[in-house]
Amino acid sequence: MARTAPTPSATPPDAIRNFCIIAHIDHGKSTLADRMLQITGVVDARQMRDQYLDRMDIERERGITIKSQAVRMPWEFDGRSYALNMIDTPGHVDFSYEVSRSLAACEGAVLLVDAAQGIEAQTLANLYLALENDLTIIPVLNKIDLPAAQPDKYAEELARLIGTDPSACRRVSGKTGDGVARLLDDIVREVPPPVGDADAPARAMIFDSVYDIYRGVVTYVRVIDGRLSARERILMMSTRATHELLEIGVISPEPVPSAGLGVGEVGYLITGVKDVRQSKVGDTVTNSAKPATGALAGYRDPKPMVFSGLYPIDGSDYPALREALDKLKLNDAALVYEPETSAALGFGFRCGFLGLLHLEIVRERLEREFDLDLISTAPNVVYQVTMEDGTEVVVTNPSEFPGGKVAEVREPVVRATVLAPSDYIGSIMELCQQRRGTLRGMDYLSEDRVEMRYTLPLAEIVFDFFDQLKSRTRGYASLDYEADGDVAADLVKVDILLHGEAVDAFSAIVHKDKAYSYGVEMAGRLRKLIPRQQFEVPIQAAIGARVIARENVRAMRKDVLAKCYGGDITRKRKLLEKQKEGKRRMKMVGRVEVPQEAFIAALTNDVAGADKRK
Amino acid sequence: MSALPDGERPPPDGALPPGCAEGAGDRAFGVYLHVPFCAVRCGYCDFTTYTAAELGGGADQARYAETACRELDLAATVLAAAGLPRRPAATVFFGGGTPTLLPADDLVRMLDAVSERFGLAAAAEVTVEANPESVTADALARLAAAGVTRVSFGMQSAVPHVLATLDRVHTPDRVPRVVDWARDAGLAVSLDLIYGTPGESVADWSASLHAALACMPDHLSAYPLVVEDGTRLAVDVRRGLVAPPDDDDLATKYELGDDVLAGSGFSWYEVSNWSRDPAGACRHNLGYWNGDDWWGVGPGAHSHVGGVRWWNVRHPRAYAERLADGGSPAAGREVLDAGQQHAERVLLGVRLASGLPVTVLPTEHRHRVRGLVADGLVDPGAASRNRVVLTRRGRLLADTVVRTLLG
Repeated sequence: MARTAPTPSATPPDAIRNFCIIAHIDHGKSTLADRMLQITGVVDARQMRDQYLDRMDIERERGITIKSQAVRMPWEFDGRSYALNMIDTPGHVDFSYEVSRSLAACEGAVLLVDAAQGIEAQTLANLYLALENDLTIIPVLNKIDLPAAQPDKYAEELARLIGTDPSACRRVSGKTGDGVARLLDDIVREVPPPVGDADAPARAMIFDSVYDIYRGVVTYVRVIDGRLSARERILMMSTRATHELLEIGVISPEPVPSAGLGVGEVGYLITGVKDVRQSKVGDTVTNSAKPATGALAGYRDPKPMVFSGLYPIDGSDYPALREALDKLKLNDAALVYEPETSAALGFGFRCGFLGLLHLEIVRERLEREFDLDLISTAPNVVYQVTMEDGTEVVVTNPSEFPGGKVAEVREPVVRATVLAPSDYIGSIMELCQQRRGTLRGMDYLSEDRVEMRYTLPLAEIVFDFFDQLKSRTRGYASLDYEADGDVAADLVKVDILLHGEAVDAFSAIVHKDKAYSYGVEMAGRLRKLIPRQQFEVPIQAAIGARVIARENVRAMRKDVLAKCYGGDITRKRKLLEKQKEGKRRMKMVGRVEVPQEAFIAALTNDVAGADKRK
Repeated sequence: MSALPDGERPPPDGALPPGCAEGAGDRAFGVYLHVPFCAVRCGYCDFTTYTAAELGGGADQARYAETACRELDLAATVLAAAGLPRRPAATVFFGGGTPTLLPADDLVRMLDAVSERFGLAAAAEVTVEANPESVTADALARLAAAGVTRVSFGMQSAVPHVLATLDRVHTPDRVPRVVDWARDAGLAVSLDLIYGTPGESVADWSASLHAALACMPDHLSAYPLVVEDGTRLAVDVRRGLVAPPDDDDLATKYELGDDVLAGSGFSWYEVSNWSRDPAGACRHNLGYWNGDDWWGVGPGAHSHVGGVRWWNVRHPRAYAERLADGGSPAAGREVLDAGQQHAERVLLGVRLASGLPVTVLPTEHRHRVRGLVADGLVDPGAASRNRVVLTRRGRLLADTVVRTLLG
């Protein structure tokens, strides 16, 4: 523990070390961070709770970090006091842009790998990102206290990946604290201090911004050049908006105001704005009176990759859903949505997300924090459709896929990396082939672990790809992917028609070769879910006017006949009243009465998955 | 056993609310006497019935007639106090349970009590339900002599394996014998049949229909087997031991039954009831469907007087105790508002071959009848005479018709 700590805003760059921890979801990053907080004395044993830095319930339960944070910790080494800034990074591919900005705020990275499991695909992807950013990598094997740990094996794997000697891999246990103090010493010794021009106009990079109901938006920055001081006016270089700096400080691990932040320092700003869109990750903050001439490189607007319709199960919750989305948006710059109406599901919103996890998290937060019951349509990607007359249409909802003469449809593809034990190469190849993947390369990480690189349509990934991958590899495979532009593909829209009327929520854009199986599966599923009517109800799957699959819900022949004597009349009438009540929850598709539950059930089973498992 | 409905708590003396006497002169009055005892509890049955002879106090089989007569006293008092005119009973119906499990003298005593309190209308219809195994020629003769006019036998099926599944203990050949005894005693005869029992084939059902017709009954009821909550059958279905009745199979059997009965000179007068001639229809049951008044005596029995429905406590001992204490055995009741009365009028009226006058419907709803005619559910000829009468397809989908009419 440090006896003295350098003062924020008055810490020379050579006493600062900025580092992050790159790790897979359950490889113990939060536990290691907890130990560091304890050993450096910023959190005492009494205040300590597990996963101290993960603030949202969902983060703590899922063991993942959605939003990053930066904690300043004092550390003494060789008789000198240092300030270590640990910048926590989100651990999921959906947030890879945020990861890249967090990495850009650091000079070093602790590459943390579970000594019982070895490196995973996401870690590898983040490692490559760190190497691209010229970060100093400190390889660390965690959980050496576990009986299943194989530190020698994985030290070799890690060493080969980063081109070093296996003996360079530190061995720690975040759980027992073993090796953590030595690791902090190594960080001081090996991670280079930040370099910047103290006299230049201020430039600080935003690597995270979080909405707090009491303080408004809290923006996390790393100062590159110059300094930011309390009470001055700042300028956001991408939006040209200016704000007064109401508060500036460091997190240790609770916010501590300071006079300012100098070169190399990491801390937070509060300006009183209420919407994270006004404080965008990757943007450059400068002094509005003496602005920098050029912004820092690397800024990008968040771009939704996956879309889904979100509908309240109880239609009267629609205003509540709108309000909840408006609130979530304050804390989630990547969330986009607009109102949408579905014949099957009523009023809702078409929402855009960075990826599937982002979708799941938003949905879970809406349900948990705002007490809403929601149904979401099958996630889809964005299609660029060019018509024969040259018109271009961007399709974010399959039911809006244009009819008429389509010249070309382009769909987004990703570069995917799969890491797995080599035993599973065959079944992974089979899966990727089914999902229209192209193998780009394959490397052995060690004797029995392989890295496979594929180009895959994103649409295939959002269709339960990860679940399939996990089940085919007994959970051993890990996956990472990044956007890789778009390509033309032979795609068609399959509509599902009920008694001749298309049901919007079930329209899907699928590859021509899969249209038939999608149609058969969906028609079959609806046949089982749609109650019999007094007339026969055909269920058809169609591409345009061409029917590719058909099922029938046979006409109901009887709904009555039970005895109706003196004692049954009240019961019968009450049943009728109940049915009348239930009818309000029915959706009418033409003359067909469908309980909303049937639509929900049809949507919540995974069609593609069910098809594959046959 | 089916649960009693939810309702408001009736006053302890059973007094009826004002207004129920209105128009009473135009409504027939009937008495239902429930006999809550059976020799065997059948796995499908949800009626109020007990197999123990000794339930204690006035609930014992031996003292049941006496207890029931006490409720008839209460009935006379309550109706008079509510301002209803003294109406002789047009119909009396002994149901159960198994009424014939009681000595004929007990049933006679109850019938005499009805006669003493209310009088019996000239040509009153007096029905006794009976199980084929629990009647004797003597008992039937004794009942006929005392004023019973009609007996309804729980035949259910003529196929042994079907009877076994239904837990019925009589053998098929017992039915023609008891029908002969009843006819010898001068009683009109109705037979009850059940179709759709698990394991029953269409041929089995056809055999049962023909066996029933061979007995030359005056009246037939045919009901599908319904899996009622709380019965052993429901448990078996839930456990997957027995297949639940299939709606298509039931529809096929209904159509077969209707064809076979029509071919033998029977016509339907209610969706599940057929008679050889209009006079053979069960007038007591028609009272339920026409919204007449009746007093139901016995545990779990339901009553209706002028838009007030109530029902008695279900356990015979609680029932007997309430009466012994001088109070009413009613457990709950509902006073129907105009909307509820309308709904009941429609839901009961469309079940009848006589149909529902279109004028019962509010003017703005009458166009719905046209849609039902177009769908083949309502008879076009009757509709043109301003009556809603179901086609056969409509009889099978009467609930749809009712829902459509009520909107």
